[in-house]
Amino acid sequence: MTEHSNQLSNFHGGLKLSGHKTMSITSPISQAKIPAKVIIPLHQHIGDSGELLVKTGDKVLKGQPLTQPTSYVSAPVHASTSGTITEITEHKIPHPSGLSAACVVIETDGKDEWIELTPVKNYQQLDATDLRNIIRHAGIVGLGGAAFPTAVKLNPGPTHTIETVIFNGAECEPYITCDDMLMRERADEIISGIQISLHVLNSDNGIIAIESNKPEAIGALKQAIKKNNTTNIKVISIPALYPTGGEKQLIKVITGKEVPSNGLPADIGAVVQNVGTMAAIHQAIHFGKPLISRIVTITGKGVKKPQNLDTLIGTPMSELISQCGGYKENADHLVMGGPMMGFTLTTDQLPIIKGCNCLLVESSDDQQTQRRVMPCIRCGECARVCPATLLPQQLYWYASSKNFDKVQDYHLFDCIECGCCAYVCPSQIPLVQYYRFAKTEIWNLERDRQKSDHARIRHDFRQTRLEKEKQEREERLRKKKEMLAKKKQENPETADKDPKQAAIEAALARVKEKKEQAGINPKNVENLTEAQQKLIEEADSRRQQSKVE
Amino acid sequence: MLFKTASSPHQNQAITVDQVMQKVLLALIPGTIAAIVFFGWGVFINIIIASLTALTCEALMLVLRNRPVKPYLTDGSAIVTACLLALALPQLAPWWLTVIGTAFAIIFAKHLYGGLGFNPFNPAMAGYVVVIISFPREMTQWVPPLIEGYTHLNFIETFKLIFTGIAPDRFSWDAITMATPLDTLKVQLGLELSINDIHQHKTYGPLFGSLSGVGWEWINGLFLASGIWLAYKRLIDWRIPAGVLGMLFFLSNSFALYDYASFTPPSFHLFSGGIMLGAFFIATDPVTASTTRKGRWLYGMGIGLLIFIIRTWGGYPDGIAFAVLLMNMAAPLLDYYTMPRAYGHQWYEIPGYHKEDQDE
Ligand code: SF4
Ligand code: SF4
Repeated sequence: MTEHSNQLSNFHGGLKLSGHKTMSITSPISQAKIPAKVIIPLHQHIGDSGELLVKTGDKVLKGQPLTQPTSYVSAPVHASTSGTITEITEHKIPHPSGLSAACVVIETDGKDEWIELTPVKNYQQLDATDLRNIIRHAGIVGLGGAAFPTAVKLNPGPTHTIETVIFNGAECEPYITCDDMLMRERADEIISGIQISLHVLNSDNGIIAIESNKPEAIGALKQAIKKNNTTNIKVISIPALYPTGGEKQLIKVITGKEVPSNGLPADIGAVVQNVGTMAAIHQAIHFGKPLISRIVTITGKGVKKPQNLDTLIGTPMSELISQCGGYKENADHLVMGGPMMGFTLTTDQLPIIKGCNCLLVESSDDQQTQRRVMPCIRCGECARVCPATLLPQQLYWYASSKNFDKVQDYHLFDCIECGCCAYVCPSQIPLVQYYRFAKTEIWNLERDRQKSDHARIRHDFRQTRLEKEKQEREERLRKKKEMLAKKKQENPETADKDPKQAAIEAALARVKEKKEQAGINPKNVENLTEAQQKLIEEADSRRQQSKVE
Repeated sequence: MLFKTASSPHQNQAITVDQVMQKVLLALIPGTIAAIVFFGWGVFINIIIASLTALTCEALMLVLRNRPVKPYLTDGSAIVTACLLALALPQLAPWWLTVIGTAFAIIFAKHLYGGLGFNPFNPAMAGYVVVIISFPREMTQWVPPLIEGYTHLNFIETFKLIFTGIAPDRFSWDAITMATPLDTLKVQLGLELSINDIHQHKTYGPLFGSLSGVGWEWINGLFLASGIWLAYKRLIDWRIPAGVLGMLFFLSNSFALYDYASFTPPSFHLFSGGIMLGAFFIATDPVTASTTRKGRWLYGMGIGLLIFIIRTWGGYPDGIAFAVLLMNMAAPLLDYYTMPRAYGHQWYEIPGYHKEDQDE
């Protein structure tokens, strides 16, 4: 409950950015209007999409599940208001490359009628698995932007002891204020969600980390803590330095430890959750409400009345913009997310999804209009600010010359794409673009490589082994099931899992999370020359060798 | 409404290469004025010749290499190269020497390696080395400072001398030119004179001020001041000059402590010749220096070491150009072995430490 800023560590580099935050916090969070139709993409998170439960013509109620999760790393989506499903179709979704994906389109009836809700009376009496299951079926994903299923993140697995649970209210990107406003206005809900999470993680203490430039939010949370006589949660004010809200950077600041490369926070006993996610957990447990809305910051110099709107998932962006007074004359870029890591959208005819924390409308004078790219002068400014302590200029050099072996030696995959390097580059090189390109190329190459004979043999081996394991597991499970037949629960999916299997699944999920976190999905498969192919193979075999040693 | 797309980040800080170069040029002004005040118009004329040559060669090469002329010609890098070279040349260097040096710097050292950002060697220093090796005699045409008892030329005479090689009738060549104090000291020390003897000498004595040579103290002092300003503005990395000067001080001080009479004292090393220009403006050229923190320390210290060796035992009076070029060669290696430990990595994961490097 006291501030311990003197015990904090630093991460390398970082930027002091001007916040541009005041423009969107002049008014309290308001309710976005229910649009005439909501467009709900089936896949809004990292992981597998669920199985469709509804069909065209169905009448749905607010909170009714539209999909159910099919695998461990998956989240369902729900109808965000009541109405009739008019189509289930491919629709443009917010995506860096402007993809389309399956969406359920609901014509709203304006009644906003809830489905029957089943709140949990006394969550302390439920065990972690049950609570995770409720969170999972409420479709809750990380609301900080990454949209990773929260239930998975709340399951660090039996091999990890979690010592530090950090609730991320840093919100270090300029312009975005949705977490700030949420903390100011709904501090109680956040505290309540945090208690549930701590219970699930079986941890005693939680830390809420907030950038020092949000005194109101810090005050509100402290007050909520006092009011509830909470002693196990403390609020820590951390220096405002972009990207201190990045998971790895935040962990370094709070614990002084670094998440190992290729590892997960749980490997060093840490878990980070966004504060917005906590409010969603509170809603799911205490009211039985699934995640059907979120707070979105609509801001930027290109929009007339910047503000935060509590928005139904699936609301078209254009509706939000018009509720904010519409565009200004000079609006010319629409960014989902913040100015440092967000991506541009070509149109506003896209639905708000769970991971959408901010719509930034930039005006023509925000962007450097004539951005003149010069050659790298090796000034090293990028390396000075890189929060991952990389050498961005070397990454750029090898990425642009397609030397994918070297670029990995310089730890390309530790790049968090924060954009600090490109921000300071006097030659105005779009560095991050090169890193994304290189990552994508390398994934594509690896995928191609797996088609090689060698990989096929390995694959076959693995297949047989998995098959055998699966049979054994089924056998064990069958025996166990017989034993547990009486206690059979209504939800066989998780409840029946033996700890071992849960552990395996959790491990698989972690691997998956790691992969997903590495960045965006591969796109534009390119044909590579033989020389490049060979380079990659050499690199791989070398890497393989060093592993064997 | 359709929006434009762009890659993140969607904002950036407004300092560009052009602005960096402009600030560097700005920082050169005080020291340059001091050089003109103490050593006459030759400095100024050299800068003009070098700049015009540099711009012409730059434009020519850009056209030949099929590059857009305007953005590169106006980035200021050619002018910076020209100024650095001109400030390193003797004040009465013949015009063609300046032209050859500058042309070599821009055409060979810069553009034939790929232009701005791709040159492994500092262009100004490459140009300097070419002329000092090819025209050693012309490279001794330094003048004495404008103080009582020495000859000085006016603007017209200087201009004529540089362009025609004809000295005005009223002076003999010997009276016009004079070795730099750094050179004098070295030669005389070589003749077994002690520092004190040299200071008392009737011809050379008045050339020495309280720190080093008259005039040179001021020039170096001002380059030091504006260099510190550049470092403070983070337009150069302070580690490089700190390495150069620290190393030079450490070595010269140690040797001077060992034998005060026969080694040049540290104050003289630090305020003579092109040392401050070299440490703050030449060695810090980011393109040819190491880029990592540790690498920059080593790079600077290496230059300091080499300058000391060349000045003390080498065949040239000032060793900055050779020192810089030698360390330019080492820069890629320094970069590789001084990679910072990336977040989440152990130090031994630096690739250079556990696998032999066949690629370079
Ligand atoms: S900041 Fe830009 S110019 Fe400077 S070293 Fe990095 S990439 Fe090169
Ligand atoms: S984008 Fe990558 S390389 Fe650039 S500063 Fe961020 S982590 Fe470093």
